[in-house]
Amino acid sequence: MPKELWKGNEAIAEAAVRAGLEAYFGYPITPQTEVLEYLSRRMPELGRAFVQAESELGAVNMVYGAACTGVRVMSSSSSPGVSLMMEGLSYIAGTEVPAVLVNVMRGGPGLGNIAPAQSDYNQAVHGGGHGDYPRIVLAPASVQEAIDLTVLSFDLAEKYRMITMLILDGAIGQMMEPAEMPEMKPVHRQDFDWATNGTMGKRERRLLTSIYLNPLDEEQTNLRLLNRWKEVQANEVRYKEYFIDDAEIVIVGFGTAGRVALSAVRTAREQGIKVGLLRPITVSPFPTERLSQLTGQARAFLVTEMNMGQMLDDVQLAVRGRVPVEFYGRPGGVVPFPDEILNEIKRIASSPTADHTDARDAWLTRMTERV
Amino acid sequence: MQKEIIIAGFGGQGVLFGGQVLAYAAMDTGKDVTWIPSYGPEMRGGTANCTVVIADHEIGSPLVKNPPLAIALNLPSFDKYESQLAAGGTLIVNQSMVDRSAQRNDIHVIMVPCNEIAEEIGDKKLMNMVAMGALLSALPEVSLKDVEKALEGHLPARHKHLLPKNYEALKRGFEHAQKEWDKAPA
Amino acid sequence: MTTPANNLVYERPEAFTETPTHYCPGCTHGVAHRLVAEVLEEMNITDKTIGVAPVGCAVFAYNYFDVDFVEAPHGRAPAMATGVKRVLPDRVVFTYQGDGDLASIGMGEIVHAAARGENLTVIFINNANFGMTGGQMAPTTLPGMKTSSSQNGRDVETQGYPIKVSEMLSTLEGVGYCVRRSLHDPKNIRLAKKAIRTAFETQVRGLGFSMVELLSTCPTNWGMTPVNSLKFVEEHMIPAYPLGDYKISDAIKQIKI
Repeated sequence: MPKELWKGNEAIAEAAVRAGLEAYFGYPITPQTEVLEYLSRRMPELGRAFVQAESELGAVNMVYGAACTGVRVMSSSSSPGVSLMMEGLSYIAGTEVPAVLVNVMRGGPGLGNIAPAQSDYNQAVHGGGHGDYPRIVLAPASVQEAIDLTVLSFDLAEKYRMITMLILDGAIGQMMEPAEMPEMKPVHRQDFDWATNGTMGKRERRLLTSIYLNPLDEEQTNLRLLNRWKEVQANEVRYKEYFIDDAEIVIVGFGTAGRVALSAVRTAREQGIKVGLLRPITVSPFPTERLSQLTGQARAFLVTEMNMGQMLDDVQLAVRGRVPVEFYGRPGGVVPFPDEILNEIKRIASSPTADHTDARDAWLTRMTERV
Repeated sequence: MQKEIIIAGFGGQGVLFGGQVLAYAAMDTGKDVTWIPSYGPEMRGGTANCTVVIADHEIGSPLVKNPPLAIALNLPSFDKYESQLAAGGTLIVNQSMVDRSAQRNDIHVIMVPCNEIAEEIGDKKLMNMVAMGALLSALPEVSLKDVEKALEGHLPARHKHLLPKNYEALKRGFEHAQKEWDKAPA
Repeated sequence: MTTPANNLVYERPEAFTETPTHYCPGCTHGVAHRLVAEVLEEMNITDKTIGVAPVGCAVFAYNYFDVDFVEAPHGRAPAMATGVKRVLPDRVVFTYQGDGDLASIGMGEIVHAAARGENLTVIFINNANFGMTGGQMAPTTLPGMKTSSSQNGRDVETQGYPIKVSEMLSTLEGVGYCVRRSLHDPKNIRLAKKAIRTAFETQVRGLGFSMVELLSTCPTNWGMTPVNSLKFVEEHMIPAYPLGDYKISDAIKQIKI
């Protein structure tokens, strides 16, 4: 297919349609609303289900219901709306049904603002709903990647019977870039052996629930989820590297923060600084092993995020104190400019002695002086 | 090669569409490109802007602090981007909407009476294309022909009859800017 | 001479599993369950029915019906049922919800499912309290009624007034069928069954949202014998929640059962 100029949000919507999306349930919220608007037109035109729900709570539970029938279903929202969906996400995880949720993140906490942010990383990757449950989280950094990962998210959700989330900041949702759409896939209803779609007199009745009153049964369920997660960790880690081969300083950044870092890396390279970038594409599962490997080569890591250092913790766990990890973030909906990250690179490049101050504390001190 | 362009003006001045046309032209000639709007409450009647980045490699940041190129279609945009423009950069200003001259002398400021030129062509709405034509005089990576093709390829069918006037607007803007460049001291 | 088979007046509907229910002695959930099972069987729709269980005493409803079931978060059954029905419009989808589930935490979901005219059937059990958590005040608790969270009796000054769900939902255009019945005596149980049948017929014919509110007992939490509970329904619940047809669309009036 030829490349077209696609807006991130609309690209995700169309990619989902082409991946065989049979039902979408959502609620308007900036900067995600174009997904809902696009699908309100596109889904009925194809005879597929679209409902603008009464709330995100309603939307996520409609997703839950449709997911139980084994069809490809998704919702999308932005930070405050995703918080409301956490109840449903936990139930979906506990019931082990596949579903896709897109979070076009904005500044928070609370009502916050509608500017691009990455402050729901922990909610998506580590927290969110109650109970112990793993979930796959993909972090596109371009419109093309948003398309590709939307398609992938349905495959992964079904393969592992697991929630797959796409987290992207508002910039990627609102941005237009040339991108190629996949071919339209015909809707193919898989005959899952767990789906509650009516016995039609051909099989025993099925039940989908997240209730396990006996703690020993719930424990077994938790362990089953963890074992499945081990497969995900072994097979599904994705990341992209730039200028890593001889890099002495390794930047780690996802989504827009990763892109901004790429600009800074290019300029730093022109100035002769051996710096590279690792951009996680799956933030859950996290590229822990690769980062651990890079501690043999890098003398310092710099984590850049549009939050106060959420992925930073995961990088530190991977690096295990072998080399210093530094942090540069812009929280609250501020998108950093490349020169800010370039300054950090230069600072690290010109300080040969390791700084053992806590990365977040050191950053906070620098930020406090600056702001 | 990488060039960043900010296009700014009032909502309704065709700021976002102008940027998209440029993005299409860059895409159609095989370049990587990003287009990102300011979004949110400021869209409702206030000042709108979009940033277009054109490169021959994978683009990093879609936003830029000090662009080398900008179009200011109104006075608030002129005020804002005159100070933000990178030294040596070029600022295309819609002369019809500003009442002052440039203050910086380390940038090129090209004054174009976009509204008047557009009205001469017969459609006030074409002022964004006049400014776009002027911009192309400072952006050798994208030609007038590239933008014309982009308009032809991506303008919705119901607007196709407007193509000749769009071409004229681009050309007039480009020519006006050329004259301004010729006047400028070397 | 009649054989025992000819004498058979009561048996387990096929839409029921053989699992004994967990409900308290004298609770009318069992009656309501049985009526639903009988209707599914009589309409020959058991195979294509998908139930949505609530959070509340009926959380285990899925153990008793021989149909596919999903289990919803508290109050969200109408949203979940919407998801199921929208992708499987030829199946029969019903929710079975109590008053805490439907009228308290799930008020948003029920109102909007009804307003959208979702082609679903809702069986709504109104027993004036939260049964499962031990008899706390529900939106449907009568003024002055003592519960474990209104120990001096529901004081409307501070705890508000009961919500009449059927009356409220009947104002919505999307609703095809909305009635209130009671389970306190055999005659009313027969009327309730007919209403449940009509509700499912409404869905099968695609005539919009259908709900049957059933006034029910909660002997354990009310602290009454089963017999006194039935009397309480008759003497106190029915005056507060009048039985009747709150909305029956013209198309549904034509249905002959």
